[in-house]
Formats: sequence, structure tokens, C-alpha cells
Amino acid sequence: MNKISVIIKREYITRVRKKSFIIMTILAPLLMASMVILIPVLMLSGDKEFKKIAVIVNGSDQFKEGLKNIIPDTEDEKFEYLPGVDVNDLVKTFDAAGYYGVLYITPEVLNTPQLYSKKQPPIGLLEHISSSLQKEIEKQKLLGYNIQNLDSILMQIRTNVSVSTRLVDESGKLTETSTDVAMGLAYFGGFLMYMLVFLFGAQVMRGVIEEKTSRVVEVVVSSVKPVQLMMGKIIGIALVGLTQFMIWVFLTVGAVTIVKSTVLGKAAIPEITQNLPGDIMSENQPVTEASQSTEMSPELTEISKVFDNAMNQHWLLIFITFIFYFITGYLLYASVFAAIGSAVDNETETQQFMLPVTIPIIFALLVAMGTMRNPESSISFWFSIIPFTSPIVMMARIPFGVPFWQLAVSMVLMVVTFIAFVWMAAKVYRTGILMYGKKTSWKEMWKWLRYSG
Amino acid sequence: MSLFEARNITKQFGSLTALDKVSIFVPEQCIYGLLGPNGAGKTTLIRIINQITGPDSGELFLNGKKLMPEDVYTIGYLPEERGLYKKMKVGEQALYFAQLKGLTKTEAMRRLKYWFKKLDIVDWWGKKVEELSKGMQQKVQFITTVLHEPKLIIFDEPFTGFDPVNANIIKNEILFLRERGATIIFSTHNMGSVEELCDNITLIDKAKTILEGSVNEIRRKWAAHEYDLVFHGNVRVEENNLFKILSHQNENDKTEIRLKTKEEIASNDILKTVMNAGNLISFNPSLPSMNEIFIRVVESRH
Repeated sequence: MNKISVIIKREYITRVRKKSFIIMTILAPLLMASMVILIPVLMLSGDKEFKKIAVIVNGSDQFKEGLKNIIPDTEDEKFEYLPGVDVNDLVKTFDAAGYYGVLYITPEVLNTPQLYSKKQPPIGLLEHISSSLQKEIEKQKLLGYNIQNLDSILMQIRTNVSVSTRLVDESGKLTETSTDVAMGLAYFGGFLMYMLVFLFGAQVMRGVIEEKTSRVVEVVVSSVKPVQLMMGKIIGIALVGLTQFMIWVFLTVGAVTIVKSTVLGKAAIPEITQNLPGDIMSENQPVTEASQSTEMSPELTEISKVFDNAMNQHWLLIFITFIFYFITGYLLYASVFAAIGSAVDNETETQQFMLPVTIPIIFALLVAMGTMRNPESSISFWFSIIPFTSPIVMMARIPFGVPFWQLAVSMVLMVVTFIAFVWMAAKVYRTGILMYGKKTSWKEMWKWLRYSG
Repeated sequence: MSLFEARNITKQFGSLTALDKVSIFVPEQCIYGLLGPNGAGKTTLIRIINQITGPDSGELFLNGKKLMPEDVYTIGYLPEERGLYKKMKVGEQALYFAQLKGLTKTEAMRRLKYWFKKLDIVDWWGKKVEELSKGMQQKVQFITTVLHEPKLIIFDEPFTGFDPVNANIIKNEILFLRERGATIIFSTHNMGSVEELCDNITLIDKAKTILEGSVNEIRRKWAAHEYDLVFHGNVRVEENNLFKILSHQNENDKTEIRLKTKEEIASNDILKTVMNAGNLISFNPSLPSMNEIFIRVVESRH
């Protein structure tokens, strides 16, 4: 036991002292945060290429007149209404004429207008066209009923519905929640689990290969049992992972506290609005200086509400299950990685073994993404029970609430599986680390499993 | 009494037999050579002695008692393919291995200081291993092998990678360790060093012991009734019914003769017939080198 602790200490200290560890620990949350901000920004901005689109309307003059200029121009798209041009001619020449595409509308196919273009048009453009047309067609149909003051009625009935959710527990206590927050957490938890398990599992493999190729292993196993070396390495790296995770948790909690007390604190609002980007500023301009200091702007109220809802999540449960699934999931995969590392002579040889290990992880990640939309689906249920995928998928399910028995079954299965795998990996490892020069196959590894001491 | 014994060790890897009823008896304070061509099973035997792997059958004894897991503390092992953590500092690394061998940190530090001074590598304490030359790394590894003052030390090809000066330093250290009471098992292909250092040997080929015993005895046994004679001055010795002359050389006022007797006869009888030829200054049974014996024994089996 004492020797394992010596090994754990070495594995831990050499890694934590590395510059890359310190940089990753600080940089990763920043990268994550920037990803959370950048991805929506990039998605919203889309491609900035300016598009000129020719619109040809066929049919009676009244029909043509009715559809004139119904598709408004946008920042990146200009719709040119071309009367009296034959669509068949233009389809041949629109590219040379500087048009991105041709939109062809006739009474016969009013619901399915045709867009001709050289490239597959972006979804945003299609949505813009269809919604504009849809609105117009609906309006035309409504006009057919001869309703008075139609425009003002339409203005009046325009509504915006947002469902606010409240969870009821057995004692009847209500908790205000937010599906958005749950989705965010599901995404974040599942992804973080994937990253940590894969990252640190692969580190175990690299460590084993390093020891094997540098032949350190021969000296070490003359002092300790191979299993001790393997477990020492796995535990040491697990502690590195937990350390990193804890630092991230503290940084996040710290950041949240600061944001909550300063950004969302009422007194601090004026400074914030000054610091916010221009477009939000302009929306906030009607709010007078005086009212700013006494009441929140709508956006900030919204953010504050999201924050409050986030606070209502079962943080402790999430935290505990995360730690549990990280440890067991990591042990499961790390032991497989250790066995693979022991069986090869260098990192390039790991490819053939990596695929079967990566596939369940990738599956888990895909299912986790689906879980965010539909946490109660049977595929989410099964994948959160099956040990190879449960750490990631269960983390995605937890924020939506998971029945206790499912969590228990999943955890028990996880523990049983990881013990079985650690045991098998130790047997493969014991033989593998002392084998050189021979290309190993799965069959070979299976044979090693049955070698005696 | 033997310090270390291995009796009837058999080890199989699947269908391959690595060791087939191999036994060795290593007397205390002896340097014991473990010889054999590549792939003979030496490394497997060494790994079994180190309890890195277990034998399928057979027994191991240290100091007359069955070999136990705790005995790793009294065994030191320098493997042939040796390695250190490249990114780790020399001193930290030496400390790490010492702690794995059961030394406390303070005790390990004390002994490391002594050895680093003795092998003249004190300046390298804070350097990373990858900055060291191969010979330097070997020295560090040598220290980690002997630091816990093992009773039984196993050296697998200890001289590879050393220049002649450093090889000599290591050789003297090995002899010094033996003087201090250590027993040494020494595996090598370098037959010169076997003659120089080893008291006893075992020659393994294709998983079986094919030759064992003390080096002197083996050489005597394999001496094919050949003798070297040196006379003062220019002397002529004629063949007779007892022996044939293999070579006859006259150089620097000395005559060197190698003769081969027809059968086993007492050396006195040879001496009687040659003494009158001139002034005899040396008479030696001509012993074959271990190298010759090794090649002859192994080739006769292939």
C-alpha cells in the first residue's frame, strides 16, 4: 500500500507541476466561456455574402400586383422584382447577370415557389422567403373575409408566449426551473464528462506507453507488482483530473458570485449598460438615467431570472453524481486504456485498439445531445443505464430529474463493470508491459487474460 | 550453502517453452554468470528471480527460505534494457526508485549523497535525465540498483554503454559489493568479463541448462589435453609417443610450444620428457577461453 502511494505521488506531482497543466486549468474555462459566447454569435452572423435575387411572378396582373415587393430586403439580401422576364431565359443567364438566384412564383404553385441557384441556398434565406410569403398569403386570405380594421386587429392579437416551468416535489413544494438552464447544464455536464474521461484516460495510456518504451517498467516491476504500478498511475492521474475539476468548480462559483453581486446587483446597473455592446445600449436608451439606478432593464431581469432558476437546480446532486460518474467512468476507460497502452510498442499502434473504445464514447455523446431535447426517451434511458455510456448520458439527464431507482441501477452496474474491467486490464497489463516487438491483436490480449501469474 | 536456489523452474508462454526444468545454485558472495545465446530464456529466468513473473512450476529459495514478495527489498536488479523517466530530474528519480525499494526519504538521501560522490556525478543531481549521456544514465541506474544494499544483485549486461574507463569503475564497484557481502548474478554475452569476474556459471540454451559449474573447472574440463610450455633461449622439443606438437615458436630469446597429449596423462610425465630439452620457465595446461567453450557447446546442439 505504501508503495502505491509513492507511485501515486510521483504520477500526481510530475503532472501537476507541468506548465501545460497550469495553462489548461486556467485557459479551459476561458475557452469554454468564449465558446458559449462565440458559437451563437457565429451562428447568427451566418455568411455575410451579399445576395441579389431576381423575383419573377407569373399570373394575372392583379396577382402580380398583390405580390409586389412582399419579400422585404434584408442586410444581405436584395430582392429585385423583374416584371416581364421569362423565367426559362433568366434561369440560364442569372449567374452572369449578377444574381444569386431566381425566385419563381405562380398562382399554381403559390405554396411551393421555386428558387433556382447555383449553390445550395442557406436555410436563413429560405426561411426568410417562406415566412414573408406565408404572412402575405395569410393576409390575402384574411382580406377575403372583409373584416374591418384588420390591421389593428392583427396588431392586437400578436402575442408572445413563454412557458415558465415549476417542478412539484412529493411534499408539494414548488421550484421555479428553466428548461433552458437544464439543457445548458445537460450539455455542459455531458460534454465535460466526455472531455475529462477521454482526456485523462488517454493520459493513462500515454503514461503506460512511455514507461514501456523507455523500459522504466522493468525496473519498477522488480520493486512493485504490475497491478500496483497500473493502479498507482490510474489513481494518480484521476487525482490530477479531480484537482483540475475542483479548480474549475471554484473558479465558476467565484465567477458566478461576482457576476451575481456586481452585474445583477441593482446599484451596478449603470456601469454595466455602459459596458454592454452597442446594440443592447441602443435598446436601453429610452430608459432614463434615474430609472436605471432603481430598476433593471428587461434583458438584465431576464438574465437575473435565468440565474435564479439556475440556482434552483439540484447542484449538490449534480456535483455528487458528476464526481461518482467521473471516478467510475474514468476508472473503466482508464483501465482499458492502460491495457491498450501495455499491449503496444508505440502510440501509432494504438489506432486499431482505439476505435472500439471510442465508438461507445461517441455514441454516448450523440445520445446525450438527443437527451437534451427529450430526456425521457427510451434510448436516453438505456444509454444512461449501460455502463459504457452511462457517465455521459446520465450527466445529460440529471438536470431534468432522474428517478432514484434508475440512478441506483446505473450506478451499481457502473461499479460492477469497472471492477471487472480493472481486473481484466490488470491481467492484460501484467503480460503486455513486458512484451516487446510483437504486434498485438485482440486475440493475443484475450490469451494474456488467461495466463497464470 | 547457497544464498539463492532455483529448482526445476519451468515456464511456458502459450505453446512456447521459455524454461524447461532449469536449476541454479548460487553460493553466497559468489559472482554467478548466467550465459546463453539470445532467446535462450535468461531474461525469463531473471524475471522469475525478480518475481516479475511467476514460474509455472519449480521453487525458489533465498537464504534457504522460500522466496517471498517482501524479498524484493533484498534483491537489486539492473535490467539489460534499462530506462529512466526522461523528463524527471536525476535526484528525484533516484529518490523515487529508492522509496519503491522500501527506503525512507532521509535514509535514501544519505545513501544517494554517498554514491553520487563516489561515482562523481554530484553535479547531475538537478539535471533532467534526457540531458545526460548514456554512460551517465547507466551510472544513475547502477546506483538505484545497489542503493538499498541488496543481498542478491542481478546485473543484466552491466557493461554495455560504458567506455572502458567507466566500465572498469563499474567492474571495481561490483567486486567491492561482493567484498561487502553481496551475491551477484551476472548475465552477459561478454565472455572476457565472465572469465575475469565469474566464479560459477550456468549456460542456458533453448530453455535448458546445458553447462554449469565453476569457471575454472569447466575450462579445465574442456581443455583438450593441451599444454603451453615456455623455454628460455632457443630450444627444440621433439614429438614422442606421449604428445604431438601443435605449434613451435621462437621469439625474443624465448621458445613457446603448444603440445597436445594423446590421452589423459599426468603432467609430471610430460615434464619428464621435456625437462632435458632446455631451461623451462613456464608450464601451463592450456585452458580454452569461455568464448570458445560457449561457441562449441552451443553449436554442437544446433
